[in-house]
Amino acid sequence: MAIAVAIALLVLVSIAFHWLSPWWHTPIASNWGSIDSALDVTLWICAAAFIALNLFLAWTLLRYRHRAGHRAHYEPENTTLEKRLTFWTGVGIAGMLAPGLLAWNQYVTVPKDAAIVEAIGQQWQWGFRFPGTDGVLGTTNISHVTPENSFGVNPSDPYGQDDILVESPELHLPVGKPVKLILRSKDVLHDFYVPNFRAKMDLVPGIVTYIWLTPTRTGTFEIMCAELCGVGHHMMRGTVVVSTERDFRSWLAEQQTYAQLAAASAPAPIQLSQAEIAAQQPTGDR
Amino acid sequence: MATVTLADDLKPLHHPKTFIGKYVWSQDHKVIAIQYSLTAIGIGVVALVLSALMRLQLGFPDTFHFIQPENYLQYVTMHGMIMVVYLLTALLLGGFGNYLIPLMVGARDMVFPFVNMLSYWVYLLAVLVLVAGFFVPGGPSGAGWTLYPPQAILEGTPGHHWGIITMLVSLALFIVGFTMGGLNYVVTVLQARAKGMTLMRMPCSVWGIFVASIMALLAFPALFVASVMMLLDRVAGTSFFMPAIVSMGQQLGYQGGSPILFQHLFWFFGHPEVYIVALPAFGIVSDLIAVHARKNIFGYRMMVWAIVIIGALSFFVWAHHMYVSGMNPYFGFFFATSTLIIAIPTAIKVYNWLLTLYRGDIHLRVPMLFAIAFLFTFIHGGLTGLFLGNVSVDVPLSDTFFVVGHFHMVMGVSPILVIFGAIYHWYPKITGRMWNETLGKIHFWITFLGVYAVYLPMHYLGVLGVPRRYYALGETAFIPPSAHIANEVITVAALIVFAAQMLFFYNMIVSLFQGPKADPNPWGATTLEWQTPDTPPRHGNWGPKLPVVYRWAYDYSVPGAPRDFIPQNEPPSDGVRHHPT
Repeated sequence: MAIAVAIALLVLVSIAFHWLSPWWHTPIASNWGSIDSALDVTLWICAAAFIALNLFLAWTLLRYRHRAGHRAHYEPENTTLEKRLTFWTGVGIAGMLAPGLLAWNQYVTVPKDAAIVEAIGQQWQWGFRFPGTDGVLGTTNISHVTPENSFGVNPSDPYGQDDILVESPELHLPVGKPVKLILRSKDVLHDFYVPNFRAKMDLVPGIVTYIWLTPTRTGTFEIMCAELCGVGHHMMRGTVVVSTERDFRSWLAEQQTYAQLAAASAPAPIQLSQAEIAAQQPTGDR
Repeated sequence: MATVTLADDLKPLHHPKTFIGKYVWSQDHKVIAIQYSLTAIGIGVVALVLSALMRLQLGFPDTFHFIQPENYLQYVTMHGMIMVVYLLTALLLGGFGNYLIPLMVGARDMVFPFVNMLSYWVYLLAVLVLVAGFFVPGGPSGAGWTLYPPQAILEGTPGHHWGIITMLVSLALFIVGFTMGGLNYVVTVLQARAKGMTLMRMPCSVWGIFVASIMALLAFPALFVASVMMLLDRVAGTSFFMPAIVSMGQQLGYQGGSPILFQHLFWFFGHPEVYIVALPAFGIVSDLIAVHARKNIFGYRMMVWAIVIIGALSFFVWAHHMYVSGMNPYFGFFFATSTLIIAIPTAIKVYNWLLTLYRGDIHLRVPMLFAIAFLFTFIHGGLTGLFLGNVSVDVPLSDTFFVVGHFHMVMGVSPILVIFGAIYHWYPKITGRMWNETLGKIHFWITFLGVYAVYLPMHYLGVLGVPRRYYALGETAFIPPSAHIANEVITVAALIVFAAQMLFFYNMIVSLFQGPKADPNPWGATTLEWQTPDTPPRHGNWGPKLPVVYRWAYDYSVPGAPRDFIPQNEPPSDGVRHHPT
């Protein structure tokens, strides 16, 4: 008896909690409204199932609880009913899956005009690299990483000379422009996560991963690491500043290129032989 | 259908004479089951304490100075690994599997009793090596229970020196021990069933444990090789999972390995593992519901096939744990589809449990209360799984508290509620004593309502974007102060649930000595374990003659029958309708 009431009450409490709790989507700041919509569709279908199944459970417990002289009905199976239930479950599943897969198709299809920016993770800080005037990121390799060349840019790659290196964990992006974020890690797994952008992807040492998004409003948003990366995981923070194209340009102009930084720190750049260059596997994105 | 009798039933059983032979180096499946269960529950209590410490840190950061970031991550890691592998897998297969399979199929014991004994002792060794991790320099691993390389074996992660070695060795030992047990369970079900016990007459509990054992035999080797390979990376300098790395400014000697390869191996084990835990729970809860609702399990054949189909499909969904791992993003289409398809047989199981209750004669005893609570938490946890399986919806939710809420509901709380129900249900058979009903009910209510208070808000924190595995949230603009209050409330609820478990232990221990003598079949169940000549059953289970089975396991409330149940070993009589099995 009490359990029937408790199940029904828990359903009501869950509904009330959903409406009254102050916690739902963090205000979105990117084009990924389709992800939020897919989540909402999933929520409505699942909520309907949750409410219907549990209220049926509560009613059954109340109606068929043991009383003196009561005996259970004997019915081993009912194939028609089982087939109908299977069919309608399939319909519900398809209804959720369709918007989910459509949004995923957008997620993995990067627009051709997306600007390229690289985010680099290491324990426990973020760094960023822009491709510079030639629009191409220079190749990188872990073996090039030194205190002076923390991004591991290949010193003999001409494409890398004009790359703009941002060693502080503050990334600026122009509003309304699609951007492809190339993700690279120097040590362990990290995950580039801006709650307001929805998009998220692991940084994996040894390979290059990516996500794309279009910032839709200006503002300052937090970057967090969403893949456990050691004792400093919770402190691996950064910020992304979404600004107008003009503000973005003037910020970018203040940053230093690889060539400028290399000239300032190492008067005589290391010369690699051709064989050494050939032996290195380029990991940058061309 | 062909039936198999115990080939060696004519051979006399050698009953051990000494205390050590009976209770320590025992080959009796029932004693081994109890050894497995007590060890699993013992190490489970360690994991429970760790979860309380984690909650203290999350609810009240900057309060407990003995919990540093490295300690917190070690609690996370050990809690997760113990709960999933050393508690749930060991208790459901090693504990309930061992106890129930021979009794439910009408066998005298497992087919390989010596190997069965060995299985337990290797398991115990695995647990001891795991616990040793707490005492090695640097403490246990803090890499998260998924142990993802490279960080699991690199500086910056607690326990990267010794803790990870004890963890990997312990896992390898566990798998060796499990393989011995698992082969036993499978062969016993296939070869040692009593006369008349066809496969389609077996209780759902046996079906669940049987299919889960087959799955475990196929899935654990992936974890075994992953453990060995990472161990080699750690101690021998190989590069299976290790690419070129600059760690803390130092160039390491690794070259060319793939961290994602480990994730594939881990989840090829890890996802079936969810069902290795879930299927025995599904089976057991089916029996609890049928017995206490005095009604046959609705759609038995469909239920069995659903177990088999879920078991098979679960090997094709593993990468839904890896949507944002950096694997080829096009895999997302396949794994989202396969993942959502598996929801269909799972939903059928839920419908059939509900339809078993429908028009039943529901006795709301403590085991049944736990079974009903399982239905609620499993419906909740199953549905939130659809969010995470639905690839693009997973993107904002992955690695947030939504995931924590989801998997605790579906594979933490749900199977543990079934385990509680099962312990209350079979306790009278195992011990011959009855527990205290009032204490059982108090334990039930606090646990059921408490866990919902713990896990429901977590889903909402996750939608907000609160990340998991964070030692402290610190100053974060998008997380409002109300979320910190939620964390405090969750911690208080968790501590209350924690305390309520003491009632359970008290009840179980005191009833062992002071509980009233139990009826041999207190619930009026049809299955064979309740029809043993002795309670608790003696070595050999059945006295001089093995039982003969005449009917399926669910002849409850059959029209025309004098009682509302007919035991499986009761010969057919006139005037009673018979189930076609």
